[in-house]
Amino acid sequence: MPLTVRDLLKREEKFVYGHRLCPGCGAALTARLTMLAINEPVVVSCATGCLEVSTTIYPYTAWRVSWIHSAFENAAATISGVEAAYRALKKKGKISKDVKFVAFGGDGGTYDIGLQSLSGALERGHDFLYICYNNEGYMNTGAQRSGGTPMCADTTTAPVGKVIPGKTQWRKDLTAIVAGHHIPYVAQTTLHNPLDLVNKVRKAIETPGPAFINVLAPCVRFWRVDPADMIKLCKLAVDTCFWPVFEIINDEWKLSYKPKEKKPIEEFLKIQGRFRHLFVPEKRHLIDEIQKHVDREWNFVLKMCGETV
Amino acid sequence: MKKKIPLTGNAAFAEAMRQINPDVVAAYPITPQTEIMMTFAEFVADGLVDTELVTAESEHSAMSACVGASAAGARVMTATSAQGLALMHEVVYIASGLRLPIVMGVVNRALSAPINIHCDHADTMAERDSGWIQIYSETAQEVYDHTILAIRLAEREDVRLPVMVCQDGFITSHGVEPVEILDDEVVKKFIGEFKPWNPLLDTDNPKTYGALDLFDYYFEHKRQQFEAMKHVPKAYEEVAEELSKITGRKYPKVEGFYMDDAEYVIVVMSSTAGTTKHVVKELRAQGKKVGLLKIRLYRPFPKEEISRLLEGKKAVAVLDRAYSVGAEAPLFCEIKSALYDVKAKPVLASYIYGLGGRDTPPSLIRSVYEDLMNGNISKEEKYLGVRE
Ligand SMILES: Cc1ncc(C[n+]2csc(CCOP(=O)(O)OP(=O)(O)O)c2C)c(N)n1
Repeated sequence: MPLTVRDLLKREEKFVYGHRLCPGCGAALTARLTMLAINEPVVVSCATGCLEVSTTIYPYTAWRVSWIHSAFENAAATISGVEAAYRALKKKGKISKDVKFVAFGGDGGTYDIGLQSLSGALERGHDFLYICYNNEGYMNTGAQRSGGTPMCADTTTAPVGKVIPGKTQWRKDLTAIVAGHHIPYVAQTTLHNPLDLVNKVRKAIETPGPAFINVLAPCVRFWRVDPADMIKLCKLAVDTCFWPVFEIINDEWKLSYKPKEKKPIEEFLKIQGRFRHLFVPEKRHLIDEIQKHVDREWNFVLKMCGETV
Repeated sequence: MKKKIPLTGNAAFAEAMRQINPDVVAAYPITPQTEIMMTFAEFVADGLVDTELVTAESEHSAMSACVGASAAGARVMTATSAQGLALMHEVVYIASGLRLPIVMGVVNRALSAPINIHCDHADTMAERDSGWIQIYSETAQEVYDHTILAIRLAEREDVRLPVMVCQDGFITSHGVEPVEILDDEVVKKFIGEFKPWNPLLDTDNPKTYGALDLFDYYFEHKRQQFEAMKHVPKAYEEVAEELSKITGRKYPKVEGFYMDDAEYVIVVMSSTAGTTKHVVKELRAQGKKVGLLKIRLYRPFPKEEISRLLEGKKAVAVLDRAYSVGAEAPLFCEIKSALYDVKAKPVLASYIYGLGGRDTPPSLIRSVYEDLMNGNISKEEKYLGVRE
């Protein structure tokens, strides 16, 4: 039975107030909804990044669960050690209860530096959920480009200059890379609808073996939007098909949401400061290229999901 | 009932691991350590241990998994060498900073570049300030004994620090020696049950590991870690004494060989101590007053014992199987510093030897004693057995 808002209201929050993430932070909402969805005893591992530095500033913590941060690139490896310890101790009869395991990493810690450690942990088949809170750049170090940053975004290491229009490469398709591991549960979502994330987390947690969810989680500072517009932005991400939301259960792709009418990519780009430089007549061709790329990625997802293009 | 069986140093480490039966082992192969993990994987496959073996995709992840498993509340071991240890470097500091009692076998091997698979100590010397206890082994027997000792030491309430048990790549790791093995039950009783403190898996009492620790707390936490290391010498002696009672072998932090009346002394670690003992005996037969100081516990550095044993000697040569490019070699540097406080200071000579597995036969060791006895001592370090 899918969880409803009413169910969530009855649950105890495990990711709580008092952290120092920004108002409108997508990572904060991702963490909060994830923790609401998991009612079982749980151990969380966190990669270095905004979520980690802002939620456990010693001697405080916003996590009411066991939590470990080791380094930037090893959230998946660290949790695989925790999970291996759990299996060992359970086998030896030293632990009897059921415990769940979750790792959080930003797109930097997941698309880039931590990809190897994630891939290794998935391949080894540890029973854990990895959540990539994807704000499409390195926020903790000051809004640099990552392998998940979209083309033409203005970042501090791929800045918009007189000759270069921001990032010059397309983002990589991490979700498809993860799907290539053929693990039992993979999903992609954003914060357009809190229940979509919550129920995907639920399914992931209930699935034995590794699970992965890629959550587009805007950073209002980097994307340069009004914090009040964060959810609107996520809705535009799905309605323009910039961020398809879907599930892959045992290699079966299934679309979670199909906009009635696909909106043009401009609508998503134009409310963000990081794409402002594109909105001059001489850069029109870049928006057209982005549209073409979005269409291509969307069609790929439709095809994988058995939908008509 | 003790029994003596022929084992390589790697097999001796693996045998100790089998008897320890750790909860979790996470590792990645690298020559010359590979044999440890292959042997242990067979133990797992044959059901001789009930360890969860995490065959990580790299050493960085192996050490990360060790950190996670240890924080979770498991008894954890691993092994590596050279590039593997270098790749772990970041997480090696995290293991000690989080006070996790992981025991790691390090089969010493030269660091790239140029790539080389043979022994020197550059890999562990690069981690000497990482907050791990370091124990160096002369023989496969020592590898075995030190590994069992390390578990107890790491897990002491007043210590709670990770330990590296080092041995010389291909020399000790692959040479077969008779090794006296304790009964499984004896080892089990000696190491006892692992009692985790603040385990992550105690989810009813949630724990936080690795919080952000800024200028307001970091220093104090580091200070506590330094303090824990200060407890090691006493803890080490107690554990070593207890193990000695079972094995009949002694494990002093530094071992003197013909030191009482020695005038000319070589200081060295690991397998070369064996070669040196042979040379000392030969020279003693000729009436020469030579001796050897072997360092077993390198971190924490047994400064007091060393200065006491070296005070008043005529000349001392420190043999480093490592280097510090642009500065004095690490062991030499520390011996020199340890001697600053003694009144009767010996003349000191620095020798770098055996890099990349370069053979160090008795003749080379003898040449060092001859240098000391003939006053052939320079301020500059010498390179033993190099083609200039
Ligand atoms: C080995 C290593 N390299 C670089 C860093 C510096 N660093 C810390 S967080 C971070 C970026 C994190 O970005 P992301 O994973 O996207 O998370 P976010 O900050 O956006 O939440 C970087 C580069 C580090 N901590 N460790």
